[in-house]
Amino acid sequence: MHNRFSESWRQLLGLVPQRPTPEQQQPEAKTLHRMKREDPDRVETLKTHRANIVRSTKWRNRRWAVLIVTNLLFVLSFWLDIQLLEGSLTASRFLGFHMIDLNAALQVALAHKHIPINLIIGTVTIFLLWAALGGRAFCSWVCPYHLLAEWTEHLHLYLVSKKKIRDHAFHRGMRSVLWLLFAILAFVSGYTVFETLSPTGILSRALIYGPGLGLAWIVLLLLFEILYSRRAWCRYFCPIGLTYGAVGSISPLQIGYSLDTCFHEGDCRKVCLVPHVLDCVIKGRASNTHVNIGADCTRCGLCVDTCPTGSLRFEMRGLQKML
Amino acid sequence: MAKETERRLFIRSGLGLAALLALTGVAWLPTPAASARRLRPPGALEEQDYLSACIKCGQCVQVCPVSALQLADLGDGYGIGAPYIDARTQACDFSCDAVQCILACPTGALTYHKPTDLETRVGMPVAHAPVLLAKKQDPEPTLNLKERMGVARLTRPDLCLARQGKGHKGPAREAGFTGKMRFMSVDRWKPIPLNDHAFETEICDLCVRTCPIEGAIRLVPLAAGGMTPEVLEPCLGCGVCEMACPTEPAAITILPREGWKDA
Repeated sequence: MHNRFSESWRQLLGLVPQRPTPEQQQPEAKTLHRMKREDPDRVETLKTHRANIVRSTKWRNRRWAVLIVTNLLFVLSFWLDIQLLEGSLTASRFLGFHMIDLNAALQVALAHKHIPINLIIGTVTIFLLWAALGGRAFCSWVCPYHLLAEWTEHLHLYLVSKKKIRDHAFHRGMRSVLWLLFAILAFVSGYTVFETLSPTGILSRALIYGPGLGLAWIVLLLLFEILYSRRAWCRYFCPIGLTYGAVGSISPLQIGYSLDTCFHEGDCRKVCLVPHVLDCVIKGRASNTHVNIGADCTRCGLCVDTCPTGSLRFEMRGLQKML
Repeated sequence: MAKETERRLFIRSGLGLAALLALTGVAWLPTPAASARRLRPPGALEEQDYLSACIKCGQCVQVCPVSALQLADLGDGYGIGAPYIDARTQACDFSCDAVQCILACPTGALTYHKPTDLETRVGMPVAHAPVLLAKKQDPEPTLNLKERMGVARLTRPDLCLARQGKGHKGPAREAGFTGKMRFMSVDRWKPIPLNDHAFETEICDLCVRTCPIEGAIRLVPLAAGGMTPEVLEPCLGCGVCEMACPTEPAAITILPREGWKDA
């Protein structure tokens, strides 16, 4: 059988998605693939179906609301001194409970080589939180840079559609290399080098404590993404994504894919930040009738909103079986 | 999107990687030069350890009752996002008593309990637990600080009013100054603007009057006439004297990260 867990990790680290061999495909999936291939009315059905698509923005709206409210909570906790969520995204206290960003904690632990008890408490809390809520969901539901990049992405797509520019892809393995490099740099230099560059930290602090020169770096990154490479930082560079992706690999909260209802139109892959995780939706690729989308998925829900047949859904593994 | 060969993808990715690392290097270049010695919050580890331990969350900034802590920006040398104190603008006057920033720090960059294997330089530890004048009447009048942030020194003796035999009348600082301080005679838990307090002295002794620590500074007579402030061993380097000094620039300043040297 096609091992989804190891395949999910391979994709997370930057390898090209592996196409399951016929032996790795479940008989039920094979039957469905064959039925779709041999359906004589398929072209006609698809035509009428595509003429009647209604797109939703339900999950996008919810996600933007959560992202903005979360960041606003940080800002207002300080400005109005309501002490609900003190600190910034690298480390904070929620009603007094320590919460520490996993990547920042890793950088500090490697650079400082001492791990105080509060760092452990905060890191474990955040690990459990995102293990439950879907790892890279941190990226799309909390990270303020994600939202900025999501907005400016429209500009990039517009320029591409006008043929003014074209998108340049990078190798996704870069992120793994950078993750390792920044870990080594922190350990060797005793300085949290990545924190100097982290757009997540810079933006979070700028929102809470006021803007600074660091915002120039953010603008530079956004320009690079608009003019040269679509969503480059989140797709190919950011080590935080890899850290949370690893946590997400064991998360029960995932996007689930149903082969039988899917028309293989590919709309989901066009809106996806990490389209390699949706490799299984390509005609003939799914190894099973139901597939869990891999760890690199940010659970942003754009594919769920976009899918015209409802074949992609938010799912809580285990809970679904119980209900 | 045009069909790209694997090779081009790899070359571009290699270049992208190199560019990001080069940028990291370029961003780092002005860093050592810009790294003037900064006054760090109380309980800070030695500079190198402090910078590696700080997670740049700013929780210390949020709890300071006088907003003495600021976060460094990109152009400020090492430690973007790491807190420092500009004593002349707003010193740490310990008006929180318990040193809230230390309690707020989640990573031990500011700490009461320094790991034993971390560096401690000569002159940094204080001889005795510092007595906070504001807590003098409490059963436990001391601060739990074992090391100083720096020491005060009369770096511009020519400007010192006391040395010229002059007094000072009115608010400590120029109009428009916004720094805050706690005056026990006003309110124990509510710091007020320093300039709301009017001083009146025959011989200026603002540095001595405002110092929050017992026995850290005194006025002594000069042989040639006039008086001069003398900084003593209990000085923690909090910077209140620098903030309160009425001359412009301040005659007395903090030497950040400097240890106590016996004369």
